[in-house]
Amino acid sequence: MTDEPLVLGIETSCDETGVGIVRGETLLVDTVASSVEEHARFGGVVPEVASRAHLEAMVPTIERACREAGVSLRDLDAIAVTSGPGLAGSLLVGVAAAKALAVALDRPIYGVNHLASHVAVDIVEHGPLPEPTMAMLVSGGHSSLLLVPDVTNDVRSLGSTMDDAAGEAFDKVARVLGLPFPGGPHIDRAAREGDRIAIDFPRGLTSRRDLERHRFDFSFSGLKTAVARWVEMRHRDGEAVPVADVAASFQEAVVDVLTRKAVLACKDNGVDHLLIGGGVAANSRLRALAEERCTKAGIALRVPRPGLCTDNGAMVAALGAQMVAKGREPSDLGLPTDSSMPVQLVQS
Amino acid sequence: MLILGIDTSTTAISVALHDGDRVVAQATTLDARAHAEHLAPGIRAALDQAGAAPRDVTGVVVGIGPGPFTGLRVGIVSGRTFAFALGLPVHGLCSLDALAHEAWLGGHRGGLLVATDARRKEVYAAEFLLDEGGLTRLAGPVVSRAAELQHDWRRLPIAGRGPLLYPADLPGPPEDGSEPSGIPLPRDVSAGALADLAVRRLADGDPADPLDGLEPLYLRRPDVSKAPPSQKSTLG
Ligand SMILES: Nc1ncnc2c1ncn2[C@@H]1O[C@H](COP(=O)(O)OP(=O)(O)OP(=O)(O)O)[C@@H](O)[C@H]1O
Ligand SMILES: [Mg+2]
Repeated sequence: MTDEPLVLGIETSCDETGVGIVRGETLLVDTVASSVEEHARFGGVVPEVASRAHLEAMVPTIERACREAGVSLRDLDAIAVTSGPGLAGSLLVGVAAAKALAVALDRPIYGVNHLASHVAVDIVEHGPLPEPTMAMLVSGGHSSLLLVPDVTNDVRSLGSTMDDAAGEAFDKVARVLGLPFPGGPHIDRAAREGDRIAIDFPRGLTSRRDLERHRFDFSFSGLKTAVARWVEMRHRDGEAVPVADVAASFQEAVVDVLTRKAVLACKDNGVDHLLIGGGVAANSRLRALAEERCTKAGIALRVPRPGLCTDNGAMVAALGAQMVAKGREPSDLGLPTDSSMPVQLVQS
Repeated sequence: MLILGIDTSTTAISVALHDGDRVVAQATTLDARAHAEHLAPGIRAALDQAGAAPRDVTGVVVGIGPGPFTGLRVGIVSGRTFAFALGLPVHGLCSLDALAHEAWLGGHRGGLLVATDARRKEVYAAEFLLDEGGLTRLAGPVVSRAAELQHDWRRLPIAGRGPLLYPADLPGPPEDGSEPSGIPLPRDVSAGALADLAVRRLADGDPADPLDGLEPLYLRRPDVSKAPPSQKSTLG
């Protein structure tokens, strides 16, 4: 089908310069240039370093995406770009580049929400989204349960983290354990050798009372503190820290709460599909436990492959292509970036 | 020939089209905080004003600063991407040169300091000599507190917003009538002047005086300690 929209997506909300090209619901290419190594020695993303890297990587990444997909820019039907949320300086580089493409090629531009894109990316992996879909977004900056009647214009937040995001908790605990940044993948790996019931770390917002007042909210900062205190006690007692056990037990506490609340959200809302997106969805234990609990509850689980869970341009192109296909109005060429764009706002 | 000029190194978000003889269209918005919002509409407005399509553009020149980083990058990435999309050559020029060139076009001759806002109580500065043949950058660009610039620079006629921001430190010429009187000096970069300077330098074709590269003139290392807190796993 050649009448399906051909859309190029640009993502620069954090430290990844992503360019993806999608035709309809088919992924043609996903190209990512990351500055993560430049940040690793600082133990976190340095905004100015990320912005400089985006500027240098932008045109080469667009060029590579086109070459690898065998697509000429002239063939594009639309440009899509992350307009928020994210780091202000980083977002600006991508949005400016996208606008320059839109003007030069005389094509419509769609400024889209990074979080909705994390959900929409699964369309190019596993096909159209059932409407509504229940989505759990777990990333470096967010942990939310979303009811998604239509990913192009109707995303509803059921709850979200009240303090740290899940990925942030992984990164901070990794630092406590002396593992490199970003910590998620390292904890995932270390945990494989560990015992996940070795230490009983707290499950935030799961008491009966909390399940009434904060049914679909999360809290990970108490867990992070509990881990830090536990490790500190070990140090004080002059004992070695069993890194694998701590990693496994911490990880279990996170994914236990996430999956429990996700299944609960599906049941409460009568939805039999759960989609997990965002960088933490790459976590092997989260994937396994979600599969187990969803199967038991009769819920179909969808999780994109790990490479599409972390930030990338394909997710933006995927959402843009949906917008074109559904006849949504493009954004204005004067569209602003919004570093704290609310999840409910799919498009700017 | 139709050269698209872009500069976002100062408060002005400035776009111009130059046909080789003169500036045929210009769109400038003053807004220090919203470069990305105004630039692309500005390009489109300039094209409309000139009755031209994007395909009619034959080259792009972009101001590479120095200037506040976030706004500066908007212009550079836009210029590079626009040029790439249409397969056009793209050049960079020091933005302070464009201010000096505008002063030259206005008739200023002699010494000139260009001092623009570098935020954090500093200015970007360069010293120029303007004669009938055009401009020569004698020194700079540098980033410095205005009060710490060398004394004789601070008594030159000054273009850029520096003297508006730090009048005590950048007094300009002593009031003995030595300033070339009545010639207003530009405060923000005009893409028209930038494009005009590029056209002249390209016409000269002097390989000893090439255009600048396409890398931004940051003049400062990224500030690692003052990374603002964000919702992501950033520092802070
Ligand atoms: N295997 C894994 N296990 C746990 N966490 C992981 C894994 N892989 C990546 N992460 C975490 O995912 C996060 C990065 O995800 P992502 O790129 O989606 O976040 P972000 O873009 O920084 O934030 P947001 O999407 O909220 O703006 C990091 O915190 C990282 O540690
Ligand atoms: Mg993300």
